[in-house]
Amino acid sequence: MTVETKKLNAIQAINQALAQAMEADPTILVLGEDVADREGGGVVGVTKGLSTRFGEDRVKSTPISEQAIIGAAIGAAIDGYKPVAEIMLMNFTTVCMDMIVNHAAKLRYMSGGQTTVPIVIRMMTGAGIASGGQHSDFLEAWFAHTPGLKVVAPSNPADAKGLMLSCIADPDPCIFIETSRAYGVTGDVPVDAIPIPLGKARIAREGSDVTLISYAEMVTRCLTAAAELDKEGISAEVIDLRTISPWDVEAVLASVRKTGRAVIVHEAVRTFGVGAEIAATLHEKLFRELKAPVGRLGAPFTPVPFAGNLEQAFLVQPGAIVEAARATLATH
Amino acid sequence: MTTASPEPNTNAAIPDAATQVDIYRRMSLISQNDEAARKTVKSGRLMMPYYSPKGQEVIPSAVSVNLNDDDRICTIYRGTHDMLAKGVPLRDLWAEMAGRVTGTCKGKGGPMHVTHPASGAILTTGIVGSSMPIANGLAWAAKLSGSKRVTIAYFGDAASNIGAFHESLNLASVWKLPVVFICQNNLFGEHTRFENATSVDQISKRAAGYSMPGVTVDGNDPFKMYAAAHAAINRARDGDGPTLIEAMTFRFYGHVFGDDDHYMTKEEKAAALAKDPLPIFRARLIADGVATDAQLTELDADIRAQIEDAIQFALSSEMPPIEELTRDVYAEAGAA
Repeated sequence: MTVETKKLNAIQAINQALAQAMEADPTILVLGEDVADREGGGVVGVTKGLSTRFGEDRVKSTPISEQAIIGAAIGAAIDGYKPVAEIMLMNFTTVCMDMIVNHAAKLRYMSGGQTTVPIVIRMMTGAGIASGGQHSDFLEAWFAHTPGLKVVAPSNPADAKGLMLSCIADPDPCIFIETSRAYGVTGDVPVDAIPIPLGKARIAREGSDVTLISYAEMVTRCLTAAAELDKEGISAEVIDLRTISPWDVEAVLASVRKTGRAVIVHEAVRTFGVGAEIAATLHEKLFRELKAPVGRLGAPFTPVPFAGNLEQAFLVQPGAIVEAARATLATH
Repeated sequence: MTTASPEPNTNAAIPDAATQVDIYRRMSLISQNDEAARKTVKSGRLMMPYYSPKGQEVIPSAVSVNLNDDDRICTIYRGTHDMLAKGVPLRDLWAEMAGRVTGTCKGKGGPMHVTHPASGAILTTGIVGSSMPIANGLAWAAKLSGSKRVTIAYFGDAASNIGAFHESLNLASVWKLPVVFICQNNLFGEHTRFENATSVDQISKRAAGYSMPGVTVDGNDPFKMYAAAHAAINRARDGDGPTLIEAMTFRFYGHVFGDDDHYMTKEEKAAALAKDPLPIFRARLIADGVATDAQLTELDADIRAQIEDAIQFALSSEMPPIEELTRDVYAEAGAA
């Protein structure tokens, strides 16, 4: 069965997911800074057209008040709505962490299952676009370390659409991370609303010698590195986690069982990052089957710098992934 | 039977006789429950952080008689008075305070996180100021659904200095939400005097900055509190937007139970305790002919029996089964 697709970028793909979900379910709301069309339909246009189509009751621009935004989303969710809140940039979650971590994440548990918070919190982030230290951080490890939250980071437009549909339908609060520098990249996106399940990884490229494990835009860099490794006769498998929490342990273990080697790649600083959790799990579960220590690539332990050369040095480049993969093969 | 407001005000709503007795009933419930809670903690029968609401019982009692069951409240760690006044059942409350499976939240929330949606008690937060942003969301849902539900956000004086207060009042005003912000000004934020931490002498003055009515009222006077709540709740229900009420009061037992009140003078405390609102209101109901001493004594005794029953129920209930540790983290049971 072929699925009808259309070339879209992630902005258009997420917009389509929101529109199709809102069309099907009148309880879905959108709120955030500048999200209505009067304000431009979102700072990069992800919510463009939604307020015109669904009305300003359902698509509301807010003051620049992140605590009020997430609080409004939580309260509306408790009373039967499904709000999709936009926190413009991931760094801005720092001013509403109380609402996200103490409330959205915990109310189901603390109330013994009586009050639930089915919200999606969308945000963009990422280095490489000269935004400096307070507009670029990947902070996914904070949220993945918080019981009650789900954390999702699509690597391409089709996944952005399918994962957004699943996040909206999910009964728990989802953190949805969009990589700003990849917004313009297009891909084939299903025309229909086909959800992609949360918690399931995707094999982005099959291989047999080493497994590269990643998420968000770093998956693209892993694929570039895999093509390079292929020229050297090294067959790299690329696993796109899609969901960071809960992560697909089974899929990752299955791949690493096959290859015996793994390198985890993420944009966030390496120290205490998501890669450490995955590496620890691989060592715990596959100690005797590993042919080399698990590699981890991430940013150095610094804030995101502004100067172009420093910013590029901060980001994991495909060449570094190639080297890390080679190193796992050189061990034996 | 006639009753008069202590300071006659032709615009102020006056509770009828039955409502006055209802306010008294809720006050007596809160006061007796507090006494029982303090005793139970002091004797070691219960181990919990306890933020006594004694002294503040008029506020939620006079507010709640203006509310329907499906109206919502969001309160804070000093919140058992707000919960009881709104109708959270005693047995469920005590079992939650005791961490038992029969509690409002299966013992998983505790006294600082009581939730009982059937009574409209949606949130108890342990974070200063955080009742307000979520109350806005509940009010937004009511507005979107065309319901006439009203949401009350309770908080203390110190919470008016936290960002969430300002963000919430602004949003509620801009979105014209059916919410009432009720600040229970007990004159201290933890151990810090209100006037040493707050830029205004009356928190209600801050309402002007958010284009909503703001009123300071004697929160220990059931008539004044009733009238202020009545006006604000009707305004919200009629779609006219939010109100900020600053209800002046005093907490009898400090910040957290065991607090030695070293931050105030003995004279100051004695003067406040001498104005215990419960016996004052009781005497007034009798003097006004609203109820007899015998009637109120019977009502008090009935409440005492209910509290005793609730304590017995709680302490004889089972602890939550160990599977509850990992349940309710996500929708899927037992997700780890």
